[in-house]
Amino acid sequence: MTRTLSLCARALLLGAAIAAGSAQAQSTNTATQIDDALYRQLGAQPGLVKLVDDFMVRLLADPRMNPFFKDVDQAHVKAELVTQFCQVSGGPCQRKGPDMKQAHAGMDINKNNFNALVEVLQQAMDAQGIAFTAQNKLLALLAPMHRDIINTP
Amino acid sequence: MPLHRLALACAVLPLALASAPALAQSSMHSGKLLLTGGVSSIDGAAGGGLTPWAVTGGYGTAGEFGGSAFATRVKTQDYGLTGYGVAIAWDDRFELSLAHQDFDTGPVGGALAGVLGDPSFNDLRLKQDIVGLKVRVAGDAVLDSDRWMPQVAVGLQHKKAHAGPLADVLTAFGAKDSGTDLYVSATKLFLGQGVLVNLTLRATKANQNGLLGFGATDHDRYRVQPELSLAYLFSKRIAAGIEYRAKPDNLRDNSALGAGALKEDDWADLFVAWAPCKSFSLTAAYVDLGKIVPGVVTRRQTGAYVSAQIAF
Repeated sequence: MTRTLSLCARALLLGAAIAAGSAQAQSTNTATQIDDALYRQLGAQPGLVKLVDDFMVRLLADPRMNPFFKDVDQAHVKAELVTQFCQVSGGPCQRKGPDMKQAHAGMDINKNNFNALVEVLQQAMDAQGIAFTAQNKLLALLAPMHRDIINTP
Repeated sequence: MPLHRLALACAVLPLALASAPALAQSSMHSGKLLLTGGVSSIDGAAGGGLTPWAVTGGYGTAGEFGGSAFATRVKTQDYGLTGYGVAIAWDDRFELSLAHQDFDTGPVGGALAGVLGDPSFNDLRLKQDIVGLKVRVAGDAVLDSDRWMPQVAVGLQHKKAHAGPLADVLTAFGAKDSGTDLYVSATKLFLGQGVLVNLTLRATKANQNGLLGFGATDHDRYRVQPELSLAYLFSKRIAAGIEYRAKPDNLRDNSALGAGALKEDDWADLFVAWAPCKSFSLTAAYVDLGKIVPGVVTRRQTGAYVSAQIAF
């Protein structure tokens, strides 16, 4: 009993420590001092260009994603994605295009579609040899955009 | 299991599931991300191994069915438990689960047969059937990575115990043969950190999860018990962590087999879950179930937990 209780206490402490770490991570994003560690982990500008080039190839090859991307200006979308990934990961970029809601308003996108895109992005990041921890950091910055991108129940 | 057979399971299962027309669409889409439906808990609900989470079983999202089936085996020094069941989810919101458990009482059956002079207690097995319902009420455990708000679900588990020759004894102890647990679960994936936390609060009267009935003389009230899971994602396919499940101790005052003979302890485990693909996962754990019927078997019960799940 004592042993399992102390295990529980340690688990709670670990949980609290993680939570505190997470709060810290969230606050540094909004601080004026920009942390570009993730941007560098993603290979900076050349790495992001390579990642997004491969990402688009995979999106077009994926039967779930192809309908959303086959008729778009792919070069433009790729440039937008590079800028966006650069900006959210702390790189020296500023996206100027329409906001996420407007940019996706012309398509019916459900959660299924959103998750499928995340899967393809994970595959593309795997192919670039991006560490799983860095992948999750990028995904954590992009995932909240589901509120603007998913527009169909 | 050899790797090539696992690869076969990953390749064939989706096809087999898709051949059922009603399921074709959902299994083709498999809208959730890998492992984000959790695994199957021993009581049937999607979650960790010992405790339900706020996620729903299988890989369906909005407007889709998802589902899973599992088989679990737990073996400690003196006891064994076999469980199996299914869960089906709709809209990533409602989950219905069914599970069956069969507990091998090991030396306890023989001891009772001797004490009571009744050979029907030899090889005593305690079984129970569990029907579970769960409803996700708020939040998104995975995608709301910029918020503290967890995914929250409420659920119930109705359990019917089949104690065989022990049933009359449990009745004499004031335990009922059926009971309903009510719970609320909060699950949060700290995506950037790759850490998943779940806290479940369960109101229950169950003795040893229901295998020894529900409630006891003078201890017949619902007790709220915390259950905690903590997992770290090592990759898309592998998660490992710990769980802790507190339990009531309603039979602590029972002295029919000696003072404290039926005291029960909380449960804990250390687990690794591996999903080579969406349609198949394996979970292995080291479990510590504490002392079980210490009046007969005094040592702590630790051992192995293995669970296989198929999902769509």
